[in-house]
Amino acid sequence: MASSLTASLNPASSPDLAKRAELSAIDASTRAPALYFFGSSVLWLLVGTLFALIASYKLHTPEFLGNIEWLTFGRARTLHLNAVIYGWSVNASFAVALWLMARLARAELRHVGLLFIAAAFWNLGVTVGMVGIAIGDSTSIEWLEFPTYATPILFVAYALVGAWAMITFRFGRAKHIYVSQWYLLAALFWFPWLYSVAQIMLLFEPTRGTVQGLVNWWFAHNVLGLWFTPIGLAAIYYFLPKVLGKPIHSYYLSVLGFWSLAIFYNWAGVHHLIGGPVPVWVQTAGIAASFMMVVPVIVTGLNQHLTLVGAASALKYSPTLRFIVFGGVNYTLTSFAGSLMAMRSWAEITHFTHYTVAHAHHGMYAFFTMVMFGSIYYILPRILLKEWPSAKLISLHFWATAGGITLYVLVMSIAGIQQGLAMNTLPEGAGGAPGSPVPFLTVVAQTIQWLELRTVAGVVIAIGHIAFAINFTWMLVKPRQAGSSEPTLFRHAPDLEAAR
Amino acid sequence: MNRAPLIFLGIFFALAFSWTGIILTNHLSYAKLQPVFDETEGKAFPQKLPGNAERGKEVYRDLGCVYCHTQQVRQPGYGTDIERGWGERGSVARDYIHEKRVYLGTMRTGPDLRNVGARFVGDAGRDWHLQHLYDPQITSKGSIMPPFRFLFETRVIVGEPSPRAVQTKLPAQYQPPAGHEIVLTQRGEDLISYLLALKDPALYPEEAARVYVPKAEPAEKKTEPAQAEAAK
Repeated sequence: MASSLTASLNPASSPDLAKRAELSAIDASTRAPALYFFGSSVLWLLVGTLFALIASYKLHTPEFLGNIEWLTFGRARTLHLNAVIYGWSVNASFAVALWLMARLARAELRHVGLLFIAAAFWNLGVTVGMVGIAIGDSTSIEWLEFPTYATPILFVAYALVGAWAMITFRFGRAKHIYVSQWYLLAALFWFPWLYSVAQIMLLFEPTRGTVQGLVNWWFAHNVLGLWFTPIGLAAIYYFLPKVLGKPIHSYYLSVLGFWSLAIFYNWAGVHHLIGGPVPVWVQTAGIAASFMMVVPVIVTGLNQHLTLVGAASALKYSPTLRFIVFGGVNYTLTSFAGSLMAMRSWAEITHFTHYTVAHAHHGMYAFFTMVMFGSIYYILPRILLKEWPSAKLISLHFWATAGGITLYVLVMSIAGIQQGLAMNTLPEGAGGAPGSPVPFLTVVAQTIQWLELRTVAGVVIAIGHIAFAINFTWMLVKPRQAGSSEPTLFRHAPDLEAAR
Repeated sequence: MNRAPLIFLGIFFALAFSWTGIILTNHLSYAKLQPVFDETEGKAFPQKLPGNAERGKEVYRDLGCVYCHTQQVRQPGYGTDIERGWGERGSVARDYIHEKRVYLGTMRTGPDLRNVGARFVGDAGRDWHLQHLYDPQITSKGSIMPPFRFLFETRVIVGEPSPRAVQTKLPAQYQPPAGHEIVLTQRGEDLISYLLALKDPALYPEEAARVYVPKAEPAEKKTEPAQAEAAK
């Protein structure tokens, strides 16, 4: 079982030269669309980072750029979210998904010209949406802010990408369906369902009253859980064994992890409405599902951990592994925190506070974005047939982003708990009776120091992004070396042949 | 063995399950939520927003107010919303049935606004919003809300000063240069109309009877209609 799994997962590990040639032909077929998606994702990452810094600075210094309407907090924050979600994260996940699908199905991408059109349309759609938000056409529905006129453009792009991934899967030569493909197929199928239901029931034919809230959070939370999470996990399941040169610890655990995620996650979104004006039974169902998420998280975390055990020293050398493992560990942590946040008593304190912001960044950045970085460090040398120009820049990228996001999550969590306690509990008054609530402006004043630290964390992360963007651009323009080349590792590792 | 069809079926039914449970079931069951006619007032509640307030809601949307302000009051005993005066009761689903777009919100960087129209009323309320939008520091020292001065226009007085000029309501350091006046734009007017109109009615008898049954002995359950009357 284990040996066949390794072979299906990792044809390059076989000494068979024909298989190596096949793999390199597959990589070559993904080059043009993958570069287009990755290139635009890096640009959007920088745009999103800029808006993040502006929004973060504004929140403790409200007069900053205060007279510029299109940069008012409500828009700058929204521009940040949409640039990093639909610009950076989705572009990167398209490239990673297509590349993984081609490799795992052992099929070359066909007619890549159409994928080029898809990439052009997606980025056009995101640009139109961003401009729409800036000029005041945002829908103000969280995670669905792009105005309706951007939707058809995005839809064309998505249809092409989804269809191409399916076609690649269909024409694949691989007999075995590896767990990464399960996640990819599911994500590719779930996303258009979520997006079109949300579009129809919120924008074109708005459903009644607070059912909109249910649709909104069914959509928004599932974009995280049924699109970004599966793609992030697919990448971890592929790169972790690949870089370590050993099979994933347990096939059965990965199957269990997949199906428990599929069943429980999509009910969990309602936990954004705990205590709100929606039927209590739905909230309870959402809480139960959120708690059950402990199952897939433990199973997946355990499986990945047991794969890494005994080979952890490779973390010293491999950039991909370091980012992927950081992402994997944070997937476990943020998921546990999320399950806890769905408990009514903890939600009473943390809901409506910066704690939620910390949690969102923990998931989208410390898990997903770090995994995408790791994937790019692995994929780019293989499609460009050249190595990363600077190990120092990779190192700077890793430490700045890992340190920055850790600081971010810590300070915002503390800020949120403090804010939540002050806002939602009554201090003890005279004679032990509950007193009057802490004045709202006092609650605000307490958060400001943390918001300033958040900006510091944001600047550190931005430094990492700039290092990454420089290395990425340098890699694109540098000439290809003749003959064989050494992979760019953090340090020289002569015994790490398997890691290639 | 090709298990792709089986995997696909599983993937399909996983999402179909929650879509049916969370979305479809509630979409259908909300149809029975209707306005409640109050005979003493001769009106049905909740009421629709007046036209200028509806336009103001569009300004609320385009500036992204929802990212810092919720529009949902938590039930008594859960949080301190009632103690803070954000509402006399928790919000219920019926409050929102006329709304084409619902801004429940998920973040309270600022206070809840579901009943802000009950806190700032009439001309005094309008003046408060004017000052607060021009610079939140005037009314709320230490606030981190951004100024919305772009909803105002500072312009040269041509002929008679405009009856809509508002600088007289602003403190000394905000006064325009001589020969200039500050007027509120139409968008600003609309936004303030919306904020003044944001208010939920007293609890509907149906909700009182259905949701807020105090802990009672089974025998006392028959008194529910009477309680509902009292709640009116």
